[in-house]
Amino acid sequence: MIRKSGLAAAALGAALCAATVASAMSSDSPKHGGTLTYMIPADAPPSLDGHRETTYATVHAAAPFYSVLIRANPDNPSSPTDFVCDLCTEMPTPTDDGKTYTFQIRQGVKFHDGSPLTAADVAASWQEIIHPRDGVSSARESYFIMVDKVEAPDATTVVFRLKFATSAFLPSLADPFAWIYKKEILDKDPHWFEKNIMGSGPFKFAGYEIGQSIKGVRNPDYYHQGQPYLDGFVGIFAAKQAVRVDAIRADRAAMEFRGLPPSARDELVKELGDKISVQTSDWNCGNLVTPNHLRKPFDDVRVRRALALAIDSWHGAPALAKIATVHTVGGIVFPGSPLAASKEELQQLAGFWPDIGKSREEARRLLKEANAEGLKFELMNRNVDQPYKYVGTWLIDEWSKIGLKVTQRVLPTGPFFDALRHGTFDVTVDFNCEGVVNPLMDIGKFLPHSVFAENYGGYDDQKEVNLYQAILHETDFARQRAMIREFEKYVLDTQAHMLMTPWWNRIVPYRSYVKGWKISPSHYVNQDLGNVWLDQ
Amino acid sequence: MYRYIVNRVLLVIPTLIGAAALVFVLMRLIPGDICVVRLGSGGGNIDPRAVAACHAELGLDRPLILQFLDFIWGFFRLDFGISMWSGKPVAEEIAARLPISLEIAVLATVVAILIAIPLGTISALKQNSWIDHVVRTTAIAGIATPSFWLGIIAILVVLDLSHALFGAPWMPPIDYVPFWQDPLRNLSMAILPALTVGYRYAAVTMRMTRSAMLEVLREDYIRTARAKGLVERLIINRHALKNALLPVVTLIGIEFAFLIGGLVVTEQVFNLNGVGRLFVLAVQNQDYTLTQALVMLTVAIFVFANLAVDLLYAWLDPRIRFG
Amino acid sequence: MVDLAPACAPTAVDDTGESPRSRTGIIDFCRRQPLGTVGLVLVMVMAAAGLAADWIAPYSPTENDFAVMMEPPSWAHLMGTDAFGRDLFSRIVFGARTALIVGFSCAIIGGIAGLVLGVASAYFGGRIDLILQRVLDVVMAFPLIIMALAVIAIFGSGVYNVIVAITIPLIPRCARVVRSSALAIREVPYIDAARACGFGHTRIIIYHMVPNVLAPFLIMLTAFVGQAILAEASLSYLGLGVQEPTAAWGLMLQGGAEEYASTAPWIAVFPGLAIALTVFGFSLFGDALRDALDPKLRDR
Repeated sequence: MIRKSGLAAAALGAALCAATVASAMSSDSPKHGGTLTYMIPADAPPSLDGHRETTYATVHAAAPFYSVLIRANPDNPSSPTDFVCDLCTEMPTPTDDGKTYTFQIRQGVKFHDGSPLTAADVAASWQEIIHPRDGVSSARESYFIMVDKVEAPDATTVVFRLKFATSAFLPSLADPFAWIYKKEILDKDPHWFEKNIMGSGPFKFAGYEIGQSIKGVRNPDYYHQGQPYLDGFVGIFAAKQAVRVDAIRADRAAMEFRGLPPSARDELVKELGDKISVQTSDWNCGNLVTPNHLRKPFDDVRVRRALALAIDSWHGAPALAKIATVHTVGGIVFPGSPLAASKEELQQLAGFWPDIGKSREEARRLLKEANAEGLKFELMNRNVDQPYKYVGTWLIDEWSKIGLKVTQRVLPTGPFFDALRHGTFDVTVDFNCEGVVNPLMDIGKFLPHSVFAENYGGYDDQKEVNLYQAILHETDFARQRAMIREFEKYVLDTQAHMLMTPWWNRIVPYRSYVKGWKISPSHYVNQDLGNVWLDQ
Repeated sequence: MYRYIVNRVLLVIPTLIGAAALVFVLMRLIPGDICVVRLGSGGGNIDPRAVAACHAELGLDRPLILQFLDFIWGFFRLDFGISMWSGKPVAEEIAARLPISLEIAVLATVVAILIAIPLGTISALKQNSWIDHVVRTTAIAGIATPSFWLGIIAILVVLDLSHALFGAPWMPPIDYVPFWQDPLRNLSMAILPALTVGYRYAAVTMRMTRSAMLEVLREDYIRTARAKGLVERLIINRHALKNALLPVVTLIGIEFAFLIGGLVVTEQVFNLNGVGRLFVLAVQNQDYTLTQALVMLTVAIFVFANLAVDLLYAWLDPRIRFG
Repeated sequence: MVDLAPACAPTAVDDTGESPRSRTGIIDFCRRQPLGTVGLVLVMVMAAAGLAADWIAPYSPTENDFAVMMEPPSWAHLMGTDAFGRDLFSRIVFGARTALIVGFSCAIIGGIAGLVLGVASAYFGGRIDLILQRVLDVVMAFPLIIMALAVIAIFGSGVYNVIVAITIPLIPRCARVVRSSALAIREVPYIDAARACGFGHTRIIIYHMVPNVLAPFLIMLTAFVGQAILAEASLSYLGLGVQEPTAAWGLMLQGGAEEYASTAPWIAVFPGLAIALTVFGFSLFGDALRDALDPKLRDR
C-alpha cells in the first residue's frame, strides 16, 4: 500500500539510491484477489533452505512462505537504513553500549500447520544461522562474526548479545534469507527444510513441480492485517532470458524479479506501451577485476595500476548501460549509500581520472617502466551473458588501447570457481554481490585472503587489514567515512589490488496491473509478496 | 542364427560398461564440483568448510574406485541413485521430464514420416526434374539450418504474426500440462518444437527414402514388372516401396535414438522441461549421479535400437538366418 | 541437434577400380549437376571471403565503437552493427575464416582418423576389429553435446578445444562407413592374391583398399565440414564455443540472436544465413559428388 506520506519516504530513498520508479504511484487502495504469475530466472534451486543457499532462485521460490525477524521496509526497500519489524513488535534500541538487542515477538503468529510461533522458534532459527551445528551449512555465517549469543529467555523475547558494537549488525539481521523455521522440526532434522516447506509467511505451500513451477496460496491467518492481497502465486522457472521476455510480452507471466537487460526493457516498452511499467535501481552487485598477484607481472603494482588507468569508465558506462545491466560508476561502496564516494572524490583515484588521454598515457608510461609493454595475457570470465561477458569484451577493447593483447577464457560456474580458488588465472573478472546494502560487510571482499577466504587476488596486506578493522569498530559517521575513503584509495589506487567496473543496474519491467512491489538494490530483498496486489 | 543373436546381445555389455566408464571419468575430470557450483551460485562467497561438509554429505570424499563400483552396481540393479543437486531420486527427476520429451520426439517422427516418405518417393520417381530439385533443396535447407536458430525465428514469427493479426502477441504456454488434462494446451506447447525438430528429421528421412527408392527402381524385378505391363502405382506400392522402406525404417529407428540427444538444444530454445534440458543442467551443475544416469539411459536406448535393427536384418537376411 | 552421419547409404564399390573423372569431368559435372555447381560456388565464395578477409572487410571485427551501436544496415555498414558498434559485415567475413578453419580441421582430422581406423578394422578383422568396434560404438552412442560440454568444461573454450570436442564424435561415424565399404573389398580375390605375392599390410591397405573406399570417404568429408560448422554454432549457442571478441558465426548468434531479435533483427539474421548458406553449399556439393561418383546412380 502506498500512501502519500510513503511517497515522500520513497522519494528520499530514491534520491539516496538512484532508484527511478517509472510508473505512477497512485494512492488506490489495494484490491484483493488474483494470482500473480512470475518467472524465476533459474532452472531449479539446489534446495529450498534459505539458510543454506545463496542463490536468488531459492528466495524467489520460497520467500513468500516464510517470515523473518526484521526486514527492509517493503514500502521503502531501497533505503539502506529503513528496517522494520516482521515478527517483532518494534525495532529495539541497543543497550549495554550497543552490544545487546532485545526483540519482543508478536503474539498469535501461527505456522501454516496451525502450531504457534514463539521466541524459541526465532532463537533456534538464528542459532542455526549464526552458529550452525556440525553437518549443517549456513551460507552467511561470516556476516554474524559480531554476534556472541542469541537466546530466548521467554516465549516472547529474543536477545542478541554482540561481541562489539557495530552499525553493521542491523543490516545483517535484515538478511532476506533468514527465514524462521519451526524449532520442533529443526531439532528433529535440520535438513528437512531443504526439500520441504513449513513457514508462517503470507502464503501457504501449494505445490512444487520439479524444474517447472512452484505454487502458493493465500494464508488466511497471516498476522499483517489485510495481507496478502493476492489469492496465490505461481513461480515458473525459466533460465533462458528470451523465454522470460516473451512470456511477459504474451502475458503468460507478469514479471520477473531479478532484472532484465536494457534491450529486453526496450523491446517490451516498444511492444506494450503503457501496459508495461519499469522500475530501475542501482544494484548492490558489481563486477571487479582481480589480477593474480602470484603471477608475474601482476605482482608489480605498476602493471596493476596501468590496467586500472586504461579503463574509461566515465564514457564506457553510459554506452554499456544501453546493452548491459550496468550503469553507475562508483567506488568500493554502493553508490547510493551515504558512505559512498562523491564524483569529485572518485576522480582522484586511478581508473576514474576525468581525462582519459592523460590516464592512458600514464598507463603506457608505467608499463614501459615495468618492462611490460605489449603484454599478452588471458582474462578469465564466467559463462554468464549479463553483464559478465559484456564487461569482459569491453575491458579487452579498453586494454587494447594501451597496447595490451588480451584474450578471454570463459568457464562455466563450476570450473570458474575452481580456477578462482586454485589461482589458475592471470586476471579474472570477479564479482561482489551482496544482499541488503551493508557497506561495512560488503567491502570485506577487498581484504586479503588470510582474513577473508573469498578473496582470490593472492595477496597479503596487513596495512589494509588494519585500516579495515579500524573502520569496523568506528562509531562516528564522519570519521568512518573518512577512513573508508582512505581504505578505498589504498585498495584501488595505491596498491590497485582490484579494479572496479561500473556497478550493476537492476531493470525490472513488469505488467502495469501489478501494484505494491517496489524495487530495491538487492534482488534478494522484498520477495515475500505480502504487499503485492493486482489491479485487474 | 541363434549364435548370431547371442553374440550380438553379448556385445551390448562391453559397450554399456565402456560408456559408464567414459562418463564417470569425463565428469570427474571437469574442474570444480557440485559443491562449489551450489555454494557459489549466489554470486557471493564460498566458505571452504561448507564445501567440505557438502563433499562428505554427497559421498564425494570417498575413493574414486568405490564411487565407480557403486555406480555400476546400482545401474545393474536399476537403482540410479539420488540427484546430487536436488536430493531427489534420479528416477523421479527423469520421470517428471520424460513425457514432454517423448511427446516431441513422437510428434516429430510422425511429422517426418508423413512428409518425408511421399516426398522422397515422388522425388525418386521424377529424378532430376524440377520437383526433384525443389524437394532436394528444401531437404538440404532443413539439414543446413541451425535448428536453434530456426526455433528462435519461429517463436518470433508467431509472436509478431499474432500481434499483427490478433492485436495481442501469442506465445505457446510455458508450463507443461499432460495431454489428457488439456489436450489443446498441451499440443499448442508441443507443436512448434515438434515442427522445428521434425523439419530436420523429415529432411534426413526424405533423402534416405529417395536414395533407397532410386536403388530399388533400378532392380531387375522392377523392370520385369514394368515389362509385364503392371500399373505403375501397383509397382511402386507393392514392390518398390516395400523393399525401399527397409533402410528407411532403419534410419528412422536410429534417428529416433539420436533425437533424445538432439532435443538438448531445442528444449533450451523453447524452455521445455524435458530430458534434454535436464541433461545440460546436470552437466553444468556437475551432478554426477544424474549425468551418469542420463548418459546410460541415452546409450542404452541407442544400443538397444541398434540391436533391434541388427536382429531384424538378421532375420530378414537368409544368409544369416539359415547360415 | 546435429546429425553427424550423412544420410547416405554406403555406396557400392566399383569393382573395376575406375577412378573419378578428371579434367573434362569438371565441366561435365557442372552440366549434369546444376545443384552441385551452385553448392560449389557457394563454398568457394565463403572460402574466398575467409581467405581475403583482411582485404575485404572494411572495419576491424573486434574494435568497439560506441557511437554506432546497433545501427541498421546502411551504406556505411552493409549489414548493420552489433551491440558493441562493430561492423557486422566485417565480422561475418572474418567469421568465415573461423568457420572454415573449424569445419575443415574437424572434417580432415576426424575423417583421416576414421579412415585409418575403419580400414584397419576391416583389414585385420578378428579381435582387433571386435575391440575397435566396441570402442567406436561407445563413442558413437555417447550423446554428442554432452561429450562436447564435458570436453569444453575440462579444457576450456577456444578454437582448439572446440575442434577437439567436435572431431571426437566424427571419428566413429566415419570409421563405420569406411569399414563397411572396406569389408566388401576385403572379400575380393585380388586382395588375397596380393597377400600371396608377399605384399606387406601397409602396401595393400594404401594401394588397394583405400582407393576403393575413397568415394564414400570424400562424400563424408563434405558432409562433415557442414556438420562441424553447425556443431560449432550449437556449442556457441550454449556458450561453450569460441569466445569474444573473436568473430565467429555461432558466437554472433549466441548473444545477438535472442536478446536483440526484435529490436535489431539484422544481428541474428545475417550470421544465421551465413551458417545456413555455407552448410547448404557443402551439402549440395557433397550430394552432387555422390551422384557423380556412384556408378549405380550414374546413368539415367
